[in-house]
Amino acid sequence: MEPSTQAVKPPGFFKRLIDNDIAWSFFHSPTAMIAAFITITCIACTMFAPWIAPFDPFDPAQISLWDGKLPPSWVEGGQAQYILGTDNQGRDMLSTILYGGRLSILVGLAAVCMGMVLGVTLGVLSGYFGGLTDTIIMRIADIQLTIPGILLAILINGIGRTILPLEMREDFAIFVVIFAIGLSDWPQFARVARGATLVESQKEYVQAARVIGLPQRLIILRHVLPNTLRPVLVIATIGLALAIISEATLSFLGQGIPPTTPSLGTLIRVGNEYLFSGLWWITLFPAIALVVLVFSVNLLGDWMRDALNPKLR
Amino acid sequence: MLAFILRRLGQSVLVMAAVSVISFSLFNFVGDPVNNMVGQEATREDRVLIRQKLGLDDPIPVQYFRFMGNALKGDFGLSYRSKRPVDELIKERLPATLELVFVSAVIALVVGICAGIYTGIRRDGWLSKMILSTSLVGVSLPTFIIGIGLIYLFAVTLRWLPSSGRAGVVELGWWKTSLLTADGWRSVILPAITLSLFQLTMILRLVRSEMLEVMQTDYIKFARARGLSERAINFGHALKNTLVPVITIIGLNIGGLIAFSVITETVFQWPGTGLMFIQAVDFADVPIMAAYLCFVALVFVVVNLIVDLLYVLIDPRIRIAGR
Amino acid sequence: MKNRKYLVAGAVALALCSGQAMSENVLRWTSQGDALTLDPHSQNEAPTIAMNGMMYESLVTRDPDMNLLPELAESWSNEGDVWTFKLRQGVKFHGGEDFTAEDVVFSFERARHEASDFKEQIKAVVEINVVDDHTIELKTDGPNPILPNQLTSLFMVDKGWAEANNSVSPQDYAAGEETYLVRNVNGTGPFKLVSRAQDELTEMEANADWWGKGQFPGNLDKIVYKPIGNAATRVAALLSDEVDFVLDPPLQDLKRIEGADGLKTVTVPQVRTIFFGMDQGIDELRTSDVKGKNPFADVKVREAMNVAIDRKAIQRVVMEGLSFPAGMITSPGVLGNTPEQDAEIPFDLEKAKSLMAEAGYADGFSVRLDCPNNRYNNDEKICQAAVAMLAKIGIKVNLEAIPKSQHFPKLQNRETDFYMLGWGVPTLDSEYVFSYLLEAEGSWNAAGYNNEKVNEVTKAIASETDLDKRTMMIDEAWTEVRADMPYVPIHHQVIAWGMGDKVDAPIGSDDALRPRYIVMK
Repeated sequence: MEPSTQAVKPPGFFKRLIDNDIAWSFFHSPTAMIAAFITITCIACTMFAPWIAPFDPFDPAQISLWDGKLPPSWVEGGQAQYILGTDNQGRDMLSTILYGGRLSILVGLAAVCMGMVLGVTLGVLSGYFGGLTDTIIMRIADIQLTIPGILLAILINGIGRTILPLEMREDFAIFVVIFAIGLSDWPQFARVARGATLVESQKEYVQAARVIGLPQRLIILRHVLPNTLRPVLVIATIGLALAIISEATLSFLGQGIPPTTPSLGTLIRVGNEYLFSGLWWITLFPAIALVVLVFSVNLLGDWMRDALNPKLR
Repeated sequence: MLAFILRRLGQSVLVMAAVSVISFSLFNFVGDPVNNMVGQEATREDRVLIRQKLGLDDPIPVQYFRFMGNALKGDFGLSYRSKRPVDELIKERLPATLELVFVSAVIALVVGICAGIYTGIRRDGWLSKMILSTSLVGVSLPTFIIGIGLIYLFAVTLRWLPSSGRAGVVELGWWKTSLLTADGWRSVILPAITLSLFQLTMILRLVRSEMLEVMQTDYIKFARARGLSERAINFGHALKNTLVPVITIIGLNIGGLIAFSVITETVFQWPGTGLMFIQAVDFADVPIMAAYLCFVALVFVVVNLIVDLLYVLIDPRIRIAGR
Repeated sequence: MKNRKYLVAGAVALALCSGQAMSENVLRWTSQGDALTLDPHSQNEAPTIAMNGMMYESLVTRDPDMNLLPELAESWSNEGDVWTFKLRQGVKFHGGEDFTAEDVVFSFERARHEASDFKEQIKAVVEINVVDDHTIELKTDGPNPILPNQLTSLFMVDKGWAEANNSVSPQDYAAGEETYLVRNVNGTGPFKLVSRAQDELTEMEANADWWGKGQFPGNLDKIVYKPIGNAATRVAALLSDEVDFVLDPPLQDLKRIEGADGLKTVTVPQVRTIFFGMDQGIDELRTSDVKGKNPFADVKVREAMNVAIDRKAIQRVVMEGLSFPAGMITSPGVLGNTPEQDAEIPFDLEKAKSLMAEAGYADGFSVRLDCPNNRYNNDEKICQAAVAMLAKIGIKVNLEAIPKSQHFPKLQNRETDFYMLGWGVPTLDSEYVFSYLLEAEGSWNAAGYNNEKVNEVTKAIASETDLDKRTMMIDEAWTEVRADMPYVPIHHQVIAWGMGDKVDAPIGSDDALRPRYIVMK
């Protein structure tokens, strides 16, 4: 189900990935199903934001300042077209949250993918070849782990802003954020992938494949890689939740996505400025949106971790 | 054993060397240091003179070794913003951060381990289920939202605790502590809880799953069969075996706490190194950024080293494997 | 000073500390950013000057109503290009040293040092002569009618003390050490420094030997300052009675503060105007999709932008009503601001569109707007609003909002096409605006504005002492500026302070806290 959207590659994996025990566990866990439902709804709503949202908050020509700070439609003074009210710039809150959520999820997914591809590649290579390759890669991972992710993200972001030419900054801000979050993520993937690879490459069929002279590329791709996928998937799901939080944190600290095209974190930062103003909808709704999204992703990851851990069954 | 320790030490030194290269390159990436020091009106000659005095025209390796030499002595130069020696600034701010981290770590460990054990033993109890789902909310809430929420509730609405800052500071030599006065404790509660929540959840979940795994091992089953009391099994056998991963977590925990103190300190205006770092980033105050980076890395390396050594003491199997 | 064994830092502790504290009037206050340094000649930045002004004094000062008052000088007179200042007698520094003419000379020399940020401000002074122990003469490069106005933030330090502590210059970069004066204060002012931890806590106590004791209404015994960067946290501290005074509460929170028990707000129009500048002096913009020419060089485009900005909407929605829409880039209260010159430029979207079409930009163009995000009231939000308004006439604006420390160098280095700036006028004379912002060589003229007539007037008024003539010349120059529209004026800022009912602090249009006038009940 949900896992499949993240598992890429040949159709053969697909079946193996959701083989019966996991599917069984999924359909017998109401929590998992609810979490998956909320997550998918969140992702779908935000991804289709341009079609669902009543306004396009990223198009400045559509915004009228005179509509600013209107309360939600059910509160006195609210207008029917702005269901959740408007923010300080006259943007429709609902549309802004949908668009902002899309940005947050995209940044999160991209960062996790980057960390995953980098980490799994290095981890598998490290575990399969061992020796010097292993030592070098894992030491780099150690160094990487020495610097806490969020600090690294702040640093990379700060440096990125300084060294990029002025005219490129605006366009690259989002990529710098993705890069900063993704880069701090990879050692986790690398460790897990390396562990799984170590276990797998000891197995007889891999040894046998080596003996009969199958190309290494093939052995890694066909036999070793698929077996790392399950634990990697768990990390990726939890990593997605963390990445979304990291992005929000960066933006909250004013180091992330600019307020003209706000992400959820940026919206919360702006909301925080209105904490005591009485304009509660500007503060509350983006925060709720973020928490619901992250919570459901976490719930899903939590279930997956238990479901994929045979020892606990 | 000795070889293992030496190898670990060697790796730690390598890590620190790598981090120092990164922080050194900060100086060269982030703008021209001379521009940051002199005003707009400085003449070309002034700039050349300062460049020479600071040795900025020397070859890069020479500059790097000078930087390393100074860094080893704890000298990171003057802050661009406040024109004060960076090591002094960090030394001043350090007690605040360490005390905050200490209190948070204690909260996270005590509450986390207790709750973890409880939920591990009473796997299906309703209280366990509640603790677990609450803890999941804990990881899903970004630190800053928790902080703002606590301020709003306890400081502004209920007026029980101060909203920000560090009060009741007492000087003990160069160390300024706020843990000796009632005011100091009142001011540390909210930031410490905020900072600890995430780690608390992590510890809780780890201890729980370790307990679950250990409880299913053969020797616990055997202990049961021998008729040992539940208490003896839980605390005598099971808990002891969850120690190894818990120690790892403490290691990562302290590092994580220091990293996330950046956010907590910003929200609560806690005058520690994290707040200083964020202000330095805003001002592009490179000497502080570089020194802070080295400092955090050093803490991580030292903590990890201690954790590794503790491993060896606790789990003899590692002694043999050597890793 | 530094080696007190017990440093009771807690503001709460101070206030609650039984008997002794009851009789003490302690002002606990906060604002966004701490003074950068306590060295009085190092940084020319308003919060730094305001903080130093509590402990140091200058020859001339201003009261909350911005009237010029004698401080360390008792009187002054002007003849040609020589100004004579009679110094106050019997004044002592906090350390007990006598204040004499030698100290004035030393302080001027220190402020003129290459590492001082104040050298620009007193560049007109070419010579300082000691007449006797309590009289000095300042010689200027030509007649300078407004010299006393330029001296209000030039603080006096003790020569012997500074020399004894190796602090003859404000900064010695190569020495790699901090200057003693960065954290130590020996002024003549009403408050003495007790302790200082930058960005954390600064404590001062009343100076019992101050010359002005009894002449001012203030009754503070102690001042405790704690900067709080996050705006919401700052307001929370006021709401929960941890501070008595907030210098810069966000405008949107004023209602909440007003509504809270025992709290009040005061507002006053500030001498500071917020505006946008467009670089019209270069051949091709750096951040635009228009190549080979500069759209801002066309006065039609500049006018279109001026009429496309709905200043009333910004005032009502972004500023919560706390601003005055502007027609010029200097505020009421400054010589040269007249109702005619300052008449608001009316909002007219259709006219703006047709002006753009006339200029050949019917389809608009793109450009980046550089904006500070921690300097002016709601600065970033104003920029955001402007982005939406300009989008409606086809100008696609990319907004870059960054901290002030990174924003201002862009202007000074002329690396920006389109930017926000707010300009205050400490001298209350248009000369300060012309020489920095409108004269072709002005150091803050990042718009590259160059108008012969304005350049001439700027030069002439520097030494024109006849007030009528001066006023007329200034008005002529402003008329030129209004026709050329080199800037987009937005509004004159309003200052708002939040404080407890027990605090009575007279608000001044320069946003500086003047503790000698603060009364606590």
